Formats: sequence, structure tokens, C-alpha cells
Amino acid sequence: MTDTIEVQGLVKRYAGKAVVDDVSFTVREGEFFGLLGPNGAGKTTTLEMIEGLRRPDAGSVVLLGEAPWPRNPRLLPRIGVQLQATAFFDRLTAREQLSTFGSLYDAPAGRVDEMLELVGLADKAGTQAEKLSGGQSQRLSIACALVHDPDVVFLDEPTAALDPQARRNLWDLLREINGRGKTVVLTTHYMDEAEILCDRVAIIDEGRILRMGPPADLVRGLSAPTRISVERAALGLDDARSLPGAESAEQDATSTVITSRTPAPVLAALAERDALAGLQVRGATLEDVFLELTGRAYRA
Amino acid sequence: MSSVIGSETSPTDTGDVPVTATPEGRRPRFSSNAFRSLAVAMWKGFVRDRAAVFFTLFFPLFFIIIFGTVFTDGGTAKGKIALVGDVSVIQQLPPDAKAAIDKTLELKTGLTRDEALHELRKDDLDGVLEQHGNRLELKVSNGDQVGAATVQGVLGSVVDSTNIAVTGQQPRYTLSSSSVQDESLKAIQYVTPGMIGYGIAVGATFGAATTLVEWRKRKVLRRLRLAPVPTSSIVTSRVAVSLAIALFQLAVFVGVGMVLGLRLTGSWYMAVPLTLCGTLAFLSIGLFCGSVATSSEAAVGMANLITLPMGFLSGAFIPLEAAPGWIQAIAKVLPMGWLVQGLKDTMVRGEGPAAAILPMLLTLGFAAVVTLIATRFFSWEDS
Ligand SMILES: Nc1ncnc2c1ncn2[C@@H]1O[C@H](COP(=O)(O)OP(=O)(O)OP(=O)(O)O)[C@@H](O)[C@H]1O
Ligand SMILES: [Mg+2]
Repeated sequence: MTDTIEVQGLVKRYAGKAVVDDVSFTVREGEFFGLLGPNGAGKTTTLEMIEGLRRPDAGSVVLLGEAPWPRNPRLLPRIGVQLQATAFFDRLTAREQLSTFGSLYDAPAGRVDEMLELVGLADKAGTQAEKLSGGQSQRLSIACALVHDPDVVFLDEPTAALDPQARRNLWDLLREINGRGKTVVLTTHYMDEAEILCDRVAIIDEGRILRMGPPADLVRGLSAPTRISVERAALGLDDARSLPGAESAEQDATSTVITSRTPAPVLAALAERDALAGLQVRGATLEDVFLELTGRAYRA
Repeated sequence: MSSVIGSETSPTDTGDVPVTATPEGRRPRFSSNAFRSLAVAMWKGFVRDRAAVFFTLFFPLFFIIIFGTVFTDGGTAKGKIALVGDVSVIQQLPPDAKAAIDKTLELKTGLTRDEALHELRKDDLDGVLEQHGNRLELKVSNGDQVGAATVQGVLGSVVDSTNIAVTGQQPRYTLSSSSVQDESLKAIQYVTPGMIGYGIAVGATFGAATTLVEWRKRKVLRRLRLAPVPTSSIVTSRVAVSLAIALFQLAVFVGVGMVLGLRLTGSWYMAVPLTLCGTLAFLSIGLFCGSVATSSEAAVGMANLITLPMGFLSGAFIPLEAAPGWIQAIAKVLPMGWLVQGLKDTMVRGEGPAAAILPMLLTLGFAAVVTLIATRFFSWEDS
């Protein structure tokens, strides 16, 4: 199967500083690919070079077998882009925005209501884009990127302004689109989002890809300990340290946290002491991967 | 397969999407669908923008209505002049010429020179006329410029005719009514073409400038780069919407003007091509403002700074005939001046259609030059 996106040695410099620094990766057809990283990591810049909006200073991009730069009209109908900053026509309603964008791509008129329904904006169809809430305009922006049924979808922080419910709905929508064979590339701050949605993620920081692969593999490759926490009142610090399998323990205002690479005996001992009140078990996550790779905590 | 973009790009190239031409054959083709939907988007954006509608439509309309109603009485009132001493040129006119003068001027006699000048200063008179041998001396009031222009115009015609008689040619003491009207355009007659010129200028300049700035600021231009839409569709839709708005303005202003007593002369229909050409000239100014300015406030400010003084210097608000010579000179080099001149000539002065040709050529040339300059400043996105 051909690769939908092939990025080789991509570099973009601003004021002499490389904000994207020798980035290479490929995205297969039908894959759900995530670019994960903190603010200023270079996610948007990378994405926009692939879309053909910015010119790389070095390296190459092949998208659907074509070069996206300079602006390539053969590619444009096949890609759908949601920019990080929403882009709407002034004083047009949600429906008018969609139908305007739709007709730029000769999309059938029926798509408009379908898309409104899909992103849950049917009741806001007559509202001017300026008057939508942050999350609503985010969803409209995504609808505008999908209105022409593109083969490859680029989404730059699609869930940034969404409430938990809308976020989950959007995840379902993106999975559904991906399930229909579309290639999806998204950027996100959220580790959990990347873990849940993406077939593969590239963790990117300061313009470089630190690690790339399926989220589960990245986490598994890490020998990060499991963190077990219970209510502070249920277990004293010294007791916690003496539990079988416990590596270390600490306390904060509300809980006692035990770290262990062998959580089973710890949990058994806790059950024996009837000290399970407020129990939480957290395995290693992409956050731990980021911590290990950069030596600093992830602050999205 | 992969097209390697080397790092040989010039170090000054920090802009993301320079306006470099895409290679031939890679441009998206003009799409009438895109053209139509962008035009509709711009049209809706315009009619839903209260400030834009106010300044392109209601503001000029205000002027037409105010001048057309309030100042109409002043305009139709006869100019009053006093004849001091013996003014044989006037007093010995044949009866039909006298009657023609009486239509526009009220002649007072029997005042002393001082009394007459005193009344002139109080603006009770529009002029004081004395004859010194072969020379006629006319003193006019500065306060009422329309009245003064009327008096000057009528007497000028009399003097011309008399001169012809004195130089031995066939005496013709008839004052043609058109020459009288020409110099003494009633307020509505000059305000309507003036406001058409001004309204069109404001509409086109602001339309282009705000669309450009807003669309750039709101990333719409950027988003359009990602849609298979050629630049030509974007540009032509903006031009088409502006032309439609201008024709609408023309129809409304002329309609209201006619209700208020505007009388159109023979080749008034030339106002249509004049309006279209003028719109292109002001679109180019708007394109320039929108390309240079980075916020819509700045773009609107710039557009105002250009169109408002131009309105005053081009005879849009005041009749040029009554304006000082330096204003008349400036009006000759301003696109609004050409437009207003052409509109007045064809709509109310009874000139033939040919009078519109030069203003049309000048505005089109202006549009071409300014567009060329503006594109040098144009960018698809904020840097
Ligand atoms: N047009 C530009 N001019 C100068 N610097 C830029 C430009 N665009 C981006 N940068 C810089 O490049 C770096 C990466 O920016 P980018 O927008 O790609 O980050 P990001 O990963 O998308 O961040 P975020 O999560 O905040 O969206 C930043 O330090 C930014 O300041
Ligand atoms: Mg970003």
C-alpha cells in the first residue's frame, strides 16, 4: 500500500532558529496519525508545510504522490484542513459558511445539513459564526474541513476548546471518518486523546521528533512504575513503604501514593489491611514517556 | 517522485506564502460556482454590516435630501442686484432680453452706491452693478456663493452678447436658457452627481479595503488558499459585488434626486459607464488601503483619509464653480474630480455622451496604475 504522506528531513527556520528541525515520518493510507507535543513544539508548522501553506526551508513532502508546494490545485480537493485559528467569512451564518465552503469544492448541497447534524450544530444553523461559542465555532470549522469529503483530513488541535462531552462526540466522529478509510492527521496537546485515537503518534518537542510509534508500544517500551494511591487516612507513610513490592511512597494533603513495578502484591497487601479507600491505580502513560524523553514534566 | 525543495531559498524569504506566480497549468481554473458563492458571501457580508450600508447609502442620501430640500428655495430665489447710477447696457436691452434676465435676476434701482454696498454686505443683495464708460463693474457677496454665481453667470452672458453687438456682428440679445442654467445649477442638480461620485468612491474603497483586511485577519484568505479556488474568482467576485452596489447607489440617488426636483439632461445614461469605471478606480484605492493596513480600523481610517478630503476637493459637496481656483486645479487631478465632472456634464449640464469619454479613460488608467502598485504590497496572510 502506498504511503499517503511522506515527509523527509523537513526543516523550517524563523529568524535563524529551526522551529522544525529535520522531521521525517510517513503516514499510511487510512492511518490515524497524531503529532503530540507542548506549545511551540512545531506541530502547526509541520502540518502547514505538509498542507502546502508554508514553504519548507529544506526537506521534502510528498502528499498523495504530489508535491504540495507551490500551491498544488490537484491536491486541494482531496485534502480537508482545519486550521488552528478558525477561518470564517464575516457575518455569515453557520449554514452559509458551510455552503460557501462546500460550493468552492463543488460539494453537493445536501452535504451542508448532513455536516451540521454530524457536528451537532443543526440548532445553530442560522447563527452567525461570530456569535458561536468557542467550542461551537471549533466544530463548525471541522465541519467546513470535511464538507467536500476529502481523502486526507488535517486537524490542528480540533478538541482544544471543547467540553468533555463535545470532545467525546468529536472522537466518535473522527473514528467514524477514519473507519471509512480516510487518512486523519491531527495535532494535540492531550496525551489521553492521542492514546485513545491514534494508530501512531509522533512525540515532538522543540522541532524534533523524539519518539514515534503506536501509543501502547511507546508506553510498554517504558519501564515506568505504576502509581497506586489510597486515601491518606487509610495508610500511613511508613506502612506504605513497608508494603511488599513498594519502591517508594509519598503523601500529599489527601492521599498516600505508592510507586511499584510489581503492583499485584501491593494491591493484595492493601486489601488485607482493608486500606483500599479511595483506591486509584494509574499505569504508565504517554506523559511518562514524555517525562522520560525530555527529563521534564509535560505541561500542555 | 519526491520533489526536494533545497535550502537555497533566499534568506530574506521569511514570508510563508509569497505571491509568486504558480507555474502555468498548476493554477486552479476559474470556477463560476466559486465566483458565485464568494460574491454571495461578500454581498451578505456587506448588507449585514450596518456601518458599511450607512456610509455607502444613507450618508450620501442625507446630503442629497438636505441640499435638495433645504437649499432648493435659496437656489430658485432670483438673484437680487442693484444697479447704481446709469447702467445703460442693462437698461437699454431689448424687451425679450430684459424678460430673460428678469427670470433669474431681480433688478433694483434708485439706491445710492453706499446704500447698495451696505445691503450687499448684509447679504440682502447678491450683487451691485456699476457702469464706468465701457466697463461694467460687478461686486458680489461672498456669503451666498450660489447666488453670486447666478448673478455672475447671467451678467457674463449679457456682456458677451453685448460685446458681440459692439464689435459689429449681428446683435444677438437673446440669453439662451441653457447657458443661464449651466452657471446657476440648482442645489439638487449639483449635489446629486456629487453624491453619486462620493457614495461610489466610499462604497468601492471601503468594500475592497475591509474585505481584504478582514479576510486576511480572519484567515479566510489563508483558508481560500487551501480550496481549489483561483485568485481570479476571488478578485472578480469582489469587483462584481462592488459594481452591483455602485449601480444600486446610482439608481437610488438618481431616484431620490428626481423626487426632489432633479432634472436629467440628454446623455444622463452615460452615468452608468462612468459609475462602473469610477468604481474600478476606487476599488484599486481600496485594494491599496487593504494591502497596506494591518487592521480594519487602520484600513477604514486610511480610506476615510483619502475619500473625505477628495470629496471636498472634487466638487462632490460644494459646486466647483464657487470654489477657489486652487481647488478647481486639484479637482482636475483627482479620480473623484474626473468622475464628478463627467457625471455633472452628462447628467445635468446637457453635454453630449462624448463628455464622459475622457473621465472614463482617466479613471480606468488610474485603476490600472494603482492596482499595480497595490499588488506589490499585497499578501495572503499577516506576516
Ligand atoms: N510565522 C512565524 N514567524 C516566526 N516564528 C514562528 C512563526 N510561526 C511559528 N513560529 C515559531 O515556531 C515555533 C513553533 O510554532 P508552532 O505554531 O508550529 O507550534 P505548535 O506546536 O503548533 O504550538 P501550539 O501547541 O501552541 O499550537 C514557535 O516557537 C513559534 O513562535
Ligand atoms: Mg499549533
